[in-house]
Amino acid sequence: MHKLLQDHPGQKILLLGNESIARGAIEAGVAVATTYPGTPSSEISMNFFQVAQESDLYFEYSTNEKVALEVAAAAANTGVRSMCVMKHVGVNVAADPLLTLAYIGVKAGLVLLTADDPYMFSSQNEQDNRYYGKLAGLPVIEPSSVEEAKEMVPYAFDLSETLGEPVIMRTTTRINHSTGPVVLGKIKKINSKGNYTKDPFNQVPIPAVARKLHKRLLDNLEKAEKIAENSPHNFIIGTGAWGIVCNGVSYNYVRDAVRDLGIKTESKILRIGFSHPLPLRLIKDFLKGCEKVLVVEEGEPFMEETLKAFAQEEGLTLKINGKGEGLFTRLYEFNPGQVRQSIATYYGIDYTPKALLDLSDIPEIPQRPPNLCPGCSHRATYHEVKMAAKGMETIYPTDIGCYTLGILPPLSMADFLLCMGSSVGTSCGFSKTTDKKVIAFIGDSTFFHSGISGLVNAVFNNHNFTLVILDNGTTAMTGHQPNPGVDMNILNLSRYGRVSIEAVVRGIGVSHVTTIKPYKVKKSIEAIREALNYNGVSVVIAEEICVLYAKQLKIAKGKPFEVTGKCKNHRNCLNEIACPAFYIRNDQVKIDPDLCTGCAVCAQICPENAILPIKAK
Amino acid sequence: MKTTRVIIVAVGGQGNLLASRVLGEAALIADVPVRMSEIHGMAQRGGVVESSIVFGDSESTIISDGEADVLVGFEPSETLRAVNKCNSKTIVITNLSPLVPFTVSIGKGVYPDLDVLQKLIQEKAANLIAFNATTLAREAGNVMAVNMVLLGALIQTKTLPLSSDHVKEAIRTRTKKDFVQINVTAFDLGYSAAQAVSKTENA
Repeated sequence: MHKLLQDHPGQKILLLGNESIARGAIEAGVAVATTYPGTPSSEISMNFFQVAQESDLYFEYSTNEKVALEVAAAAANTGVRSMCVMKHVGVNVAADPLLTLAYIGVKAGLVLLTADDPYMFSSQNEQDNRYYGKLAGLPVIEPSSVEEAKEMVPYAFDLSETLGEPVIMRTTTRINHSTGPVVLGKIKKINSKGNYTKDPFNQVPIPAVARKLHKRLLDNLEKAEKIAENSPHNFIIGTGAWGIVCNGVSYNYVRDAVRDLGIKTESKILRIGFSHPLPLRLIKDFLKGCEKVLVVEEGEPFMEETLKAFAQEEGLTLKINGKGEGLFTRLYEFNPGQVRQSIATYYGIDYTPKALLDLSDIPEIPQRPPNLCPGCSHRATYHEVKMAAKGMETIYPTDIGCYTLGILPPLSMADFLLCMGSSVGTSCGFSKTTDKKVIAFIGDSTFFHSGISGLVNAVFNNHNFTLVILDNGTTAMTGHQPNPGVDMNILNLSRYGRVSIEAVVRGIGVSHVTTIKPYKVKKSIEAIREALNYNGVSVVIAEEICVLYAKQLKIAKGKPFEVTGKCKNHRNCLNEIACPAFYIRNDQVKIDPDLCTGCAVCAQICPENAILPIKAK
Repeated sequence: MKTTRVIIVAVGGQGNLLASRVLGEAALIADVPVRMSEIHGMAQRGGVVESSIVFGDSESTIISDGEADVLVGFEPSETLRAVNKCNSKTIVITNLSPLVPFTVSIGKGVYPDLDVLQKLIQEKAANLIAFNATTLAREAGNVMAVNMVLLGALIQTKTLPLSSDHVKEAIRTRTKKDFVQINVTAFDLGYSAAQAVSKTENA
């Protein structure tokens, strides 16, 4: 049995934050879960995917976050508890349905989980998604710990049903990827059969309907504010006059700091777990008892600005600070030492931090950036495109996936990136306003996510560029999730269809379409060259299963290669391909047989044919 | 209860997350409060994996610069890179078997000299326990058991509120059945190695 399905209420087990969230949903009786994978949220849906194989939960990897939310929104409007999981930037994609879903509302609980990523451990920005609560007029709740994350999910479902509105649950990486002991609760029975009653004048927001629904949303927001006033997730600790308002993981750092600084009697902490709408009365009463207040929140001054507005309304003149010189920044994530220091500074507490070591004599340590795996077919494709484009002035719009790592030298095959699918749309712009050859890269999953509409645009508006679709048969970056192009029979799962990328591309009307096998270097270069010379939109589909995935599925077949005595040290292999299986010993390139996957790409570019399969002994 | 903060650094694939998990499970067995955090983005793509494990009375799951009580490095250059987490009272445990970063392989960067590296850490931290954990893992039966060897060394320092028995119990119940014997052997080898290193230092 899946560990998240064990029915032992009261038992304490160690869970990753993302497992804890998934367990919370299971305890809440979630019946439909949808997602598009994205770090730091991916393990939540990975667990749903596994749990769905052995329970009544319906789970799907949707093509993108917008679709995922639409699926969940419909399910929730048939009276079935639904959850939709995504990373923070995914909410941008889902924002269109989200903002109107707030008008339409839900019949059963719908929780939208957004996993924000302060410091951008694995993201392109660190947007603070609490603002989506404000923008959409929806409640936002935020846990401070792994255990609380589990408790909050059923709370969010109940809240959603009380209000008839979706609820946004916002986490940060340090919740998703922290681990702690969690006490299991009871699992609620799944009700997966919905019932739909037509109600178009409340569910089709033509202007006359929408005007009515917007008012209803504002009424709901007022109700939400009243609930926030008494929510167990907004609470006060202490009775001192030094006010500290905090949320999320910052609360933990504040708790530790108050103890370490010995200011328990002087301080008063307001922990906000229900952060939109903020509890007006609770906050005003809190402020009245304070000499001054420090707001500790990662990201934007979301609470700070509202607190200042509340104080103004009450005619309070106490100092309220958070972001600002010598205190906190909007940048990156916080840490315990930083919070301790800022509290000490703000309240003039005598405090000497642990002396940091003098690190001036530490030599420069070689970097260890993540790299495309040994034998990764993207490396081969990049090399081949580079060869085919020799002599051309190029622009390489890229996209989101492992292949973004093509930015690193010596490949250096990534010039411009905005978001999922942007390689295609930006290519349209680049090719219109420059005379350079535009060659875009996109992965299979990202193509399905949001590359298709860009390609339709390109064909309709008759743009001129080459799109290379790197089809490795999985969503590799986030941990090998399926996508619509994947043959699910590999996983012994039968209820799925399959969408052919080539058929989609041809169906859109791209007339020059080639499929290459990137491990065949010469042939691929020729095919790419032809595509590059085509005037108009051309597409190259580079098909090769992700080498890491193949290993996992135990279908990898390659045998390792070695550099033989014929090597004359041209080093084309190292300088052009730079596979991590290479290393240099005694000024000669060698191949680590434990890392080599036998893709034979280096063997094909060696001018001396010196790289050969290791002979069986 | 006193707070003890441990940082483990490793290269992706060295089993850092499993080691942290075993420590967490051992804490659960020993009824010691524990909170952990990990940064494992793109671990499988050869990057660095850092985890923090906080025992005792603390709400935080991460550890600020200069605040680690123990630093365990599965790879020597990564241990050195993480020295900013240490203070003059920190105990440092490191594997001495390098995994040379690819940047060095292609001539971009120089791998630090191991003697210099050890000297630098010795000068800065309270104590350095350095030995070749990879050799011991191989001796135990699987090179992948480097993580268990280093856990053995970590427990030997008696800096954590956990005993060998707690950790071995966690290894037995939480690691793959086929590897339990190798893992326990590796743990014992690491424990003895750390003991031997401290004895030579005291002599």
